[in-house]
Amino acid sequence: MATASLETRENRRAWGFVTPALLWTVAFFVIPFIVMAAISLATRKGREIVMAWNFDNYIEFFEKAHLLKGLFVSLEITFTVTLISVILAYPLAWIIAERVPQKWQRMALIMAILPFWTSYVVRSYSWLLVLAQNGVINNSLIYLGIISEPLELASTRTATVIGFVHFFVMLLTLTIYANLVQMPPNYRRAAADLGANGFQVFWHVVLPLTLPGIMVGAFLTFVLCIGDYITPQILGGNNELALPQVIMLQLGRRADFPMATTLSIILMIVVTLAYIACARWLKMERT
Amino acid sequence: MSRHVSTGKTRNKFLSSTATFILGAVAMAHSAQATEELNALVWCDHTDPALIEPFEEKYDVKVNLKEYEGTGAGLSIVEQSRPGDWDVFVIDGVDVHRAVEMGVLAEIPADALPTSDIFPEVVMAENNVVDGKTYAVTEKFGYNTISFDKTKVDPKDMEDMSVIWSDKYAGRIAVYDYYLPVIGLVGLGLGIDTADLGADDMPAIKEKLFAMKKASKQVGEVVSSQTALATGEVDILVGGGEWITAVLSEEKPNLDWVIPKQGGLRWAQSIGVMKDSQKPDLALKFVQYILSPEGQARLATSSCYWGMPANAKAGANLTDAQKAALRWDDQEGYLKNSQLYPIPDADLDAEMQDAWVEMLQQ
Repeated sequence: MATASLETRENRRAWGFVTPALLWTVAFFVIPFIVMAAISLATRKGREIVMAWNFDNYIEFFEKAHLLKGLFVSLEITFTVTLISVILAYPLAWIIAERVPQKWQRMALIMAILPFWTSYVVRSYSWLLVLAQNGVINNSLIYLGIISEPLELASTRTATVIGFVHFFVMLLTLTIYANLVQMPPNYRRAAADLGANGFQVFWHVVLPLTLPGIMVGAFLTFVLCIGDYITPQILGGNNELALPQVIMLQLGRRADFPMATTLSIILMIVVTLAYIACARWLKMERT
Repeated sequence: MSRHVSTGKTRNKFLSSTATFILGAVAMAHSAQATEELNALVWCDHTDPALIEPFEEKYDVKVNLKEYEGTGAGLSIVEQSRPGDWDVFVIDGVDVHRAVEMGVLAEIPADALPTSDIFPEVVMAENNVVDGKTYAVTEKFGYNTISFDKTKVDPKDMEDMSVIWSDKYAGRIAVYDYYLPVIGLVGLGLGIDTADLGADDMPAIKEKLFAMKKASKQVGEVVSSQTALATGEVDILVGGGEWITAVLSEEKPNLDWVIPKQGGLRWAQSIGVMKDSQKPDLALKFVQYILSPEGQARLATSSCYWGMPANAKAGANLTDAQKAALRWDDQEGYLKNSQLYPIPDADLDAEMQDAWVEMLQQ
């Protein structure tokens, strides 16, 4: 009896702790999501929004090539950015963690994340100036005699990828660095004692142990990149539209809220799938 | 060269930012003193402090301005607002009927407006008057046509619309990212009057749109289009006009614009009082100020973009240089060789927007 009463009290206490978070989630995620899901089942007829309770918007998304292409453009850009960011961030994090003296590591990290301190929009416009026909890169290359005609860098997918990579390399550097500094040096020494060369130590010991940092950073990069509107809008020159740009067109030009919510839910499904893949990779479901 | 270009571009951005900052600072200063507030949903040319300050001072009012681009965006804002949130609405002239159908605009007493002073071609009663009641009045107009750098392209080439979908200037063309005027322009290039443009014409228009996209370097909104032309990123801007080049006339005399032989699109913006405004009298006074010769001259030469004032009497308040940049003396011919925007019904509008997104995704 006394045990049951203790359990009841503990249960109540636990609910007391959990309830505020649950209420928050219900109020600011579950209910808005249900409303969005309902709106995505409406249709826009003429200039009216009618609750049709059908999947016409989803069917239209898969039938209209220019809408579907938005998803593919987003995925292509996101995978490219994530891959390049990982490749660039890993050595940077390694240098900071392993080569920079400990007393300078904090300063090195601050230097690495300096770009975070400037506005995202300002940073994107700055890249536009750097990549422009008479921008810093083209002028430098022409001055050095490497090229005679300016390269087409601005208003391209390359520009979008550069803008993204500049931002996300910093993010990935932080997550990978956190992994590297937590790794006991004895693991590498033990592997070396057992005859592993430098590459083998990295491949069989260091890389597997830093995968969680890579995956967490890559997932954050994926989520932030695939949902971003500003960078492709400023740097891409509207030469192709990523899914968030297509969503903005539905809202800003057509006031087609049902289609905009449909596209947003599709984007959310993609992010959820990425999370599931990431969680499985890290075997997070077992912990 | 590049130094001058960069400096000009920086200066434009700086001026724009400074103007916004000053307007904000002025608005804040006024908020401490002004007894009333007026909320206006406007195009960016109304956010110039030089235009708004005299009205605020005269009527001891703070004018809160929210700018938008494209009627769809403006009506979306209205739909998402509470009744009475907005007092004044600046809207594309061809969309006044749409706003009236939605019950957004209030009737304005016709005798309160200087209609007799407005250029007859832009009074546009068929747009601003519904069932004999005046709901809006034209305040500014201009042309969506072809802007170009006359030092880099042959000006004679620009007199034929087909140049925008040919390969001759491939990679040197920017397209203004607004589907209605550009689709209208392409239609004119194919010999279709904007008033007759229908769903049957869309396949041919789409074909030319896609060809134009293939030849273009970018499709952008006002600032990026203007910047691209001013900095030499591109040499031609489809959909441009005096509203792009006139404001740069002093520092960029190499920029010019032309109405091709097939014609150009005439844009006209109207201003009206919101139906649910709690301050209709003050809102009407604002409309009257904007239409006064002084207000018209300031609006015509706004820091965001220039355009012809609807009120012919504004000429007395403009300098000769300003009138030359606006081509004041050429208006008679330009008005004849230009047509109003297409007015699509909801279905055609959706089809046009689909075609536009398809073009962007090419």
